[in-house]
Amino acid sequence: MEDLQQFKQTYFDESGEFLAVAEAGLLRLAPGNVDLDEVNAIFRAVHSIKGGGGAFGFSELVAFAHEFETVMDGVRSCTIAVTDALVNTLIRANDILAQLLAHARDGTKPELGFADPVVVALRHHAQTAADAVQESPAPSTPATNLPETVSRVVTVRFQPKADLLMTGNDPTFMLRALTHLGTAEIECDVGGLPTLAHLEPELLYLQWLVTLTTDASLVDIQDVFEFVSDDSLVEITEHSADGASPTASPSETDEAAGGAVTPGLAPATRTEATVATVAGAASPSQLALYEASAPALAAGDSKAAAGKSSTAGDGAHLNLGGHTIRVDLDKIDRLVNMVGEMVITQAMVAEHVRDLPPGQFQELLEGLEQLAQHTRELRESVMSIRAQPVSSVFSRMPRLVRELSSETGKDVVLITAGENTEVDKTVVENLVDPLTHMIRNSIDHGLEKPDDREAVGKPRTGTVHLSAQHRSGRIVIEVADDGRGIDRPKVLQTAIKRGLVQPGINLSDEEIDNLIFVPGFSTADKISNISGRGVGMDVVRRNVSNLGGRIGVYSAPGQGSRFVLSLPLTLAVLDGMVISVGLERFVLPLTNIVESLRPKATDLHGLVNRCDVMMARGEYVRLVYLHQLFGIPDAIVDATKGLVVLVETEDGGRLGLVVDEVLGQQQVVIKSLESNYRRLDGVAAATILGDGRVALILDVAGLQEMSQHARSPASRSVADAAIQLPAL
Amino acid sequence: MSKPSSLATIGSVRGDVVAAANTNEEQYVTFTVGNEEYGVNILSVREIRGWTPESRLPNLPDYVRGVINLRGIIIPIFDLRARFGGGTTEVTKRHVVVVVQVGERTRGILVDAISDILAISRDQIKSPPTMETGMVDSQYLSGLFTAENRMVTLLDVARLFAVETGDDEHSNQRALVN
Amino acid sequence: MEAVVKKKVLTVDDSRTMREMVAFTLKGAGYEVVEANDGQHALTVLGNDKVDLVIADLNMPIMDGLTLIRKLRATPQYRTTPILMLTTEADDKKKAEGRAAGATGWIVKPFDPSKLISVVQKVCG
Repeated sequence: MEDLQQFKQTYFDESGEFLAVAEAGLLRLAPGNVDLDEVNAIFRAVHSIKGGGGAFGFSELVAFAHEFETVMDGVRSCTIAVTDALVNTLIRANDILAQLLAHARDGTKPELGFADPVVVALRHHAQTAADAVQESPAPSTPATNLPETVSRVVTVRFQPKADLLMTGNDPTFMLRALTHLGTAEIECDVGGLPTLAHLEPELLYLQWLVTLTTDASLVDIQDVFEFVSDDSLVEITEHSADGASPTASPSETDEAAGGAVTPGLAPATRTEATVATVAGAASPSQLALYEASAPALAAGDSKAAAGKSSTAGDGAHLNLGGHTIRVDLDKIDRLVNMVGEMVITQAMVAEHVRDLPPGQFQELLEGLEQLAQHTRELRESVMSIRAQPVSSVFSRMPRLVRELSSETGKDVVLITAGENTEVDKTVVENLVDPLTHMIRNSIDHGLEKPDDREAVGKPRTGTVHLSAQHRSGRIVIEVADDGRGIDRPKVLQTAIKRGLVQPGINLSDEEIDNLIFVPGFSTADKISNISGRGVGMDVVRRNVSNLGGRIGVYSAPGQGSRFVLSLPLTLAVLDGMVISVGLERFVLPLTNIVESLRPKATDLHGLVNRCDVMMARGEYVRLVYLHQLFGIPDAIVDATKGLVVLVETEDGGRLGLVVDEVLGQQQVVIKSLESNYRRLDGVAAATILGDGRVALILDVAGLQEMSQHARSPASRSVADAAIQLPAL
Repeated sequence: MSKPSSLATIGSVRGDVVAAANTNEEQYVTFTVGNEEYGVNILSVREIRGWTPESRLPNLPDYVRGVINLRGIIIPIFDLRARFGGGTTEVTKRHVVVVVQVGERTRGILVDAISDILAISRDQIKSPPTMETGMVDSQYLSGLFTAENRMVTLLDVARLFAVETGDDEHSNQRALVN
Repeated sequence: MEAVVKKKVLTVDDSRTMREMVAFTLKGAGYEVVEANDGQHALTVLGNDKVDLVIADLNMPIMDGLTLIRKLRATPQYRTTPILMLTTEADDKKKAEGRAAGATGWIVKPFDPSKLISVVQKVCG
């Protein structure tokens, strides 16, 4: 079995998938909602996990899986009724199976008896089935080779039933197997052959007598006929070592030869070849003859097929069902990185080309333009390979909701939308935690208990809406509930109590709502089992910002709350606009940019105590001076001499960023600033430009915040964590 | 064994590499900033390169010079002189950046020149006095070593820039207070 | 000494682990192996390729093992092709059902690689 150890990883991976399938199916299973196809899928999932587990010797896993499988078998054959109790037991059983798998994977031992209650429950359900519990799996007993070195002479008489060929059994292979066990003399008895007129080509009329001198045990010999001994005659007799072995009588041989008149008659031809076999393995030429002339065998066709067959290569798995191919994730990551570096190199080349004297090198320029185009397309294709729908994350939520619902005693229904929204795998992986906490928050703090809901005229069951969509180049995920909304007085009080806010300060509703994101905040009086466990929304906010994302909340008292999480579509590459401020260069995500323009003096307006404002496209837009925000010397301070880049913020507002110049547009590879340094305000990440120098990628929402601090230092402590949201 | 072979020495390396004769010894790369000589454990040194212009980072203390592109990854460059209050270094191409790795983080330290690679055994290292020694706050020191009449201040690289990168408890608390 | 042409085996199982283990074992013994992940898919593969042996799991989505066996037995080309069932237990009922459907024999999961090879040899050479 050592060879097969290499498949352990495959087994664990696949079992993980099976568990997910089973869980999804079990969560949908209910007394009134029994989909037999799904039940079968669940059965097969458990069955496969059990089967593979046996191959690697995970006996505890196999034993438990067997109990689980038994019940699933009963459900699918409708001998076990689907009740709520049954579904709960099955869900727990699936969990235990997952734990056993994890133990098997990690090589640890599970706690003694931890699965017992569930096993008892499973057996109880199994008892209710009409049939008795299935027999426990018999361990596969390999044929025992009794340590015998005694050579023995055994006579084997084999008279196959007439239609043996109909089940694909073929005496040739069995006889050959006998010859592998020792020295064999094979006689064919053709006495049963009818006349040609009565001969049915697909029936067997022959029987054989084999005299075998062998070291092998009787069990081994019996094994050769294991599939046919039920309905064919197999007589194995052991003789003493010196017993005379019957030899083929010449007369029989001649008869057989004579009988083989018509070619293409499979049995007859077989006779000829078999009789020719004397004392030993058949000679290859005779076997070839045998195989070539037997139309019932696929051998001849397989020769032809061999010429054009496509071998399943090692590594890639060919088309199985759908048009998909399984590829190592590492390979894709490497590919994405290489394409990323290619983007940088292409930018470098473009940069140098810019310095060439104009008018010449026309073809070179055109070629490079094409190259740039291809690089863009290549990048998009490669990124889309790694793009995954968020459903892989969303699918975990029903389970969470179900657990929270029972723990809190609240009725909750989860409605999801936009599961197919795709996002790069680098982002998907980071969605689980924030989503989990947002939903926990909604159910734990937002939704009221059924009685309370009824008292205010709401339906007893609370609703949590989970949705995902692309919006202005990002992915926006919302978790909305129809609960009681944020308890503002309580939140404010807690914030003051924890010294996060000065007492007496006047805060807007939105500012109060956002206090929950301030580090060190927690509204629970007692640490509730759920939300209090470890993380608060402030940690969520920090983790989300580390990814270049934002999280905010909108709340209407009595009606509900809405968490909005926005993340970049990929953490890898970006289409950006390169701008300069002083000697520094920055990159702005193209998706945020509305336009860039040079304002006239008449467009600019200054307001007392506030920063400049500009009139653009019919509305007033606040100006943000980057040189001021970033402390950059030698920059253009007069907006009319520089450029204003109009950007759109995530809440739909507009900002005007004052810069020196717009240098151009290019794709950039997003490099983390944080992995070796730290997060900076207003900075999303960094990139490497064509000349090899680093440029910071700006975060528009961060810039917005920074400019607000600059405006009103009095509210700095609150604004530290708050997002200024427009009124709902 | 340490990795002298991976050091792309551009600055001057005086003296021979002293082989670590026994396991009690550890190798240190030493360098100078002004008149002071410092050392860091060779195991944390990834490479040594000549200075290249950084891209500035906004709103940071003067000892954070900026970031550079190190073969595709972005690392911060800290000015050791400025870190210890000696003012910003006036860089030239002859200055040296010691690239160190601490845990998952890689960063560069700007120094004047590389001095030596010394094998120092534990018992040769004196613990730093608790009061400030010269320019250096003793919490960043892992010890002092005397070599041929000169004193080498051994730096604790992990601690040196932990505050800056938010790796220590202090920065977390500071965030709360604000 | 050996037949010039390798025998080709089709392994049908919805568990990728199982397919890979069977393929690995048999390829090591000199067989050519192709794979399908359910009965329906197996028919598609067989439509393009002739095989010397089919090894089928009984529990598969879309089309299970027994149905596949019956279908194959009803097809002229595969009426007498050896078909082995993969079962997880020595369940006599299943074996009988399999035989009735036309299966040539069976292999019990989890399988011993050498046993698998010997069974394959004795049904298709």
